[in-house]
Amino acid sequence: MIQCASLSGRTGEDNEKKGFMELNAIYVIVAREFKKFIREKSRLFSAIARPLLWLFIVGAGISRLVPRDTGVPYTQFIFPGIIGMTILFSSIFSSISIIWDKEFGFMKEILVAPVSRLSIVVGKALSGTLVSTMQAVIILALFPFLGFKLSMIQIIAVVFICASVSFCISAFGIVLATFYDSYESFSVIMNFIIMPMFFLSGAMYPVKLLPDILKVVAKLNPLTYGIDALKHVLFPRGLGSMGPDFSLVTDAAVILFTSFIFVFVAGKAFERKQ
Amino acid sequence: MPIIQVENLVKRFGNITAVNDISFDVEEGTIFGFLGPNGAGKTTTINILCTLLSPTSGRTLIAGHDCMKEPSRVRTAIGIVFQDTTLDKDLTAYENLVFHAYLYAVPKAEMKERVNDVLKFVDLYDRKDDLVKKFSGGMKRRLEVARGLIHRPRVLFLDEPTLGLDPQSRTNLWEFITGLPRKHKVTIFMTTHYMEEAEVCDRIAIIDNGKIIAIDSPEELKKTVGGDVVSITTTDNESARYEIEHTFRMNVAEKENALYMTCSRGDTCIPELIRTLGERVLSVRIQRPTLNDVFLKLTGKTIREEEASGNDSVRESIRAHRRRQ
Repeated sequence: MIQCASLSGRTGEDNEKKGFMELNAIYVIVAREFKKFIREKSRLFSAIARPLLWLFIVGAGISRLVPRDTGVPYTQFIFPGIIGMTILFSSIFSSISIIWDKEFGFMKEILVAPVSRLSIVVGKALSGTLVSTMQAVIILALFPFLGFKLSMIQIIAVVFICASVSFCISAFGIVLATFYDSYESFSVIMNFIIMPMFFLSGAMYPVKLLPDILKVVAKLNPLTYGIDALKHVLFPRGLGSMGPDFSLVTDAAVILFTSFIFVFVAGKAFERKQ
Repeated sequence: MPIIQVENLVKRFGNITAVNDISFDVEEGTIFGFLGPNGAGKTTTINILCTLLSPTSGRTLIAGHDCMKEPSRVRTAIGIVFQDTTLDKDLTAYENLVFHAYLYAVPKAEMKERVNDVLKFVDLYDRKDDLVKKFSGGMKRRLEVARGLIHRPRVLFLDEPTLGLDPQSRTNLWEFITGLPRKHKVTIFMTTHYMEEAEVCDRIAIIDNGKIIAIDSPEELKKTVGGDVVSITTTDNESARYEIEHTFRMNVAEKENALYMTCSRGDTCIPELIRTLGERVLSVRIQRPTLNDVFLKLTGKTIREEEASGNDSVRESIRAHRRRQ
C-alpha cells in the first residue's frame, strides 16, 4: 500500500504538482526562519538596538559637525541610511545562517529534498526579506520623533522599497554564504563586507561628496541604490547637495537587476558538488 | 529489477580515488550493508546515491531513475539518515517533521496523521513539543529515522546510524531498524564500521580503499574463513593434544593452557572430541567466525588497525580539496 502511494505520487507528477511542491518548499523555508526569529528575542533586541545607537548617539554627535544650512537636521538626513543599515545587517545575518545550517548539517536535509535549487534560494531570500522588512518597519515607526511628516502613500512606498532592498541584500548574503563553509568566516564577512557596504552606501554622507575611488566602490554597492530610493521618498522636496545621487528609475533598475543576478548565481552554487 | 543499481562507479577528489570502480545491486525489501573502515568510501558512495555529489564516472540508478539525470525522482524515492545529525535543534521534534513533510509535498490532509504516526513509531510522541536540543543522541537518531520515513521512501539510507550512541541505545535502534523493511516496506542501505552490527544485513559488501572486496550474505562470508574455532581445556593437555592430532589430523595450538583448533563445523566436532578424550575434558568453547575474521582474512588487517592508520588524513585531504573548490 505504501509503495502504491509513492508510485502514484510519481506518475501524477505533472507541472501543477511540481509547482505546488516548489511553493510548499518556499513556504516552509520562510516559516522556519520566521518561527526561529520570533523565538530569539535577543536577536530582535540587538537588531533594533544597533540602528538606535547610530541614530541617536553617532547621529547626534556628528550633527554638531555638520553646517546647519543644509535644509534638514543631520539626524533626519541619516534616517534613510539607518533604515538601510537595519536591512543590511538583518538580511545578511539571515542569509549567512546558511553557514550555520551547513556546519550543523541541516542544509543537507534541504538539499536532498525533491525541490529545485532555485526554490531553496528564493525561500531563503524571502526569509531574509520578511525579517528585515519587519525590523525596518519598526525603525520607520520612529519617524514622528525625528520631525518627519509622512503621508500614507510615502509610508507604503518606503515599506515596498524596504522589502525590495531586503530581497536583494538577502540574495547577496546567500551568494556570500555559498563561499564559506564555517562560521569562522563570520568576522571576515562582518569587517570586510558588511561594514564597508554600510559606510559606502550614502547612509552617513552623500555619495557625491566621496573621493573618486570610493565613489566607484559606492556605485557598485546595491545598498547605495536602496538608500537612494528611500531618500527620494522621504525627502520629496529634495535636499540640494545632500539629496539623492541617482534617479528613482536607476535605483529600481539596479535593485531588480542585481536581485536576479544574485538569485541566479546562488542557485548555481547550490547545485551538486563536483 | 533491483531497487538500487550501481555500475562502475568512480569518484576522485583531485588525485585521491575515494571510490574505485564499484558495481553492485540491491534487491527491494532487503537490508544491504556497506561494511568497511573509516575512509573506505562508504559515505562518498551514499552522497552520490542521494544526489549530493556527482560521480567522476559510472552510473547509479535508484528505483529505475538515474541519480544524475532525474535527481528529483530519486530524491522523492529515498530517505536519508546522515552520519551527523541534520535536525534543526532550535525547532521542536514536531516542527522538524512538519518541515520535512512540506519539503516532500505530503498532502496537507494527511500531514498531521503521518507525523504523529512516525513519532509514535519511534516512541517520541510524548516529547513532540520539546526542542530537539534537549534530546539525547539516541532520541535524535530515532527522530531522524522517523523523519526519513514520513514521505514513504522506497529506500532508506542509514550512514553509520549508531555512531556515538551508548550500547543500550544502539541495541534499541537496531531492533527498530531490522523491523523497518517488514513494517514500512522499505529497502535499507546502511553503512557501518562495527562488524557486529553488519550481522543484521541480508547482504554485505565489504569495502576497503574504495573497492568492494567481497559481497555476500553474512553467513556465506563467514564460511570463507574456513570453520569455527574450538578451544578446550583438559586435565592433561599434552596427551590430549597428541590424541587430537593423530585421531582427527587437525592442527592444534596451545595458548594460555587451552588447546585451539579450527573445525569446518564446530557443532559436530565437539561431541567427537569429548567421546575421544573422555573425562579429561574440563571445558569446551566454540567460537563462530565473525565478520572481523572475514575482514582480517580478506585484507590481512583488522578494522581497528585500519582506523588507527592514515585514513583520517585521507578524510582531511578530501575536506581540504572540497574547501578549495
